[in-house]
Amino acid sequence: MIRVNNLWKSFGRQEVLRGVSFDVQPGEFVALIGGSGSGKSLLLKLLVSLLKPDNGRVWVFGKDVAVSSRKELEYLRSRIGFVFQGGALFDSMTVYDNVAFPLREKTGLGEKDIRRKVTAELELVGLRDAENKFPAQLSGGMLKRVALARALVRDPEIVLFDEPTTGLDPVVSRAVLDLFSAVHQRLRLTGILVSHEIPRIFEIVQKVAMLHEGRIVAIESPGRFCASPDPIIQQFVNGEASAQSCLNRGAHLK
Amino acid sequence: MFLGQTLLHSLTPPFKGERVLRQTWFIGWKSMLVIALTGIFTGMVVALQGFPTLRRVGSEALLGPMVSLSLIRELGPVLTALMVTGRAGSAIAAEIGIMRTSEQIDALELMGLNPLRYVVVPNVLASLLALPVLTVVFDVIGILGGYLVGVRLLGLNGGTYFGEMSNYVEMKDILGGIYKALTFGLLIGWVCCYKGYHSRFGAEGVSAATTQAVVSAAVLILVADYFVTSVVF
Repeated sequence: MIRVNNLWKSFGRQEVLRGVSFDVQPGEFVALIGGSGSGKSLLLKLLVSLLKPDNGRVWVFGKDVAVSSRKELEYLRSRIGFVFQGGALFDSMTVYDNVAFPLREKTGLGEKDIRRKVTAELELVGLRDAENKFPAQLSGGMLKRVALARALVRDPEIVLFDEPTTGLDPVVSRAVLDLFSAVHQRLRLTGILVSHEIPRIFEIVQKVAMLHEGRIVAIESPGRFCASPDPIIQQFVNGEASAQSCLNRGAHLK
Repeated sequence: MFLGQTLLHSLTPPFKGERVLRQTWFIGWKSMLVIALTGIFTGMVVALQGFPTLRRVGSEALLGPMVSLSLIRELGPVLTALMVTGRAGSAIAAEIGIMRTSEQIDALELMGLNPLRYVVVPNVLASLLALPVLTVVFDVIGILGGYLVGVRLLGLNGGTYFGEMSNYVEMKDILGGIYKALTFGLLIGWVCCYKGYHSRFGAEGVSAATTQAVVSAAVLILVADYFVTSVVF
């Protein structure tokens, strides 16, 4: 579904990605972890060609995004949902209009069908009552849920989540991750989730990929990831959470 | 290139008429009060300064033409453009800068929508539409301001004020002012959108983009004023 091969990206003299390679199979939910500034969000943006790599290739649905025409890219992107770190909701629109916007602009659906679809998405994320509110009137958790509804409204096959729990308190962050997990299980989406919520995210993903010094140093099931003797992984995991807690949460999954 | 793409998107469908109208309301209608105030006091001060000078050479009857030509050819378009830059141009740059920094522009792109068409084109077209109208408002109110000072305060005959004005002001002067307004409208829309669109991330980036937008647009307006004057008049 997604294949990344030897991806390089620099900004000035700073090499952020130095030969990243990994695959994501259909239906897989992968957590992408790594230190702050390691290039996780950058990698997501390269996957959808919001930025161009210096070197290397990315295939999504079997198409090389770097050589895709604008039309092809538009089609690829229409099959991908992207949940931005801050939500990226349009300030001037209500929750309803934010979710309806991609349908109004990119589909030939009538307003009646749009309402039915938007209402269903808002119900899915538990925000049916907030449809007339503006983004400024929403809490952090609500913003993320609206962003998820907007990302899902065109029935994407892949969803990319860029640090969706940043800035949320532990309870809300847990609720948001549970929602993502429920949506993934219900819709059988392929997803990549950039997050620091270790070990919590190990409960909801099938694989964990770790980005370190510009490369993917491991891509394993949560159980095997936690059990890895690799000192880099252990150091990172121990820094984020206790190793035992990590193992407890990851072991029962595989 | 940015301007070229913007103009291309403004000429090709789908057209975003509703957004253009909304921005025209924001740039045009919401600037009306500040333009009216600036216009009336500019007309008043031109009359106040010009009347004694004209009387010294026995030509106070030419106060009307002096006020109107100063406003229509020069002060109206330039001061209107500078005021709109300060009021609306800064807001446009800041809004687009915030859209950039909060990834709303990336979101548009990922939806398969062209951000230039959705964010930039409406502002540039609205600025192009609003500037000539605001300039005419500035000129008319400025001339009335000159009337208040010249006729009501300093005792010039009202018929002389307007009569001489109609003898001296030609269509070429009015059109020249409109051409200037159109040029400045394009400059404001282009520069302010460009600076906002290429804003660096964070509050500091948006703040810098806004400052640069206002300063660059103001300087470019004055530079363009010289060249348009040399071509049109």
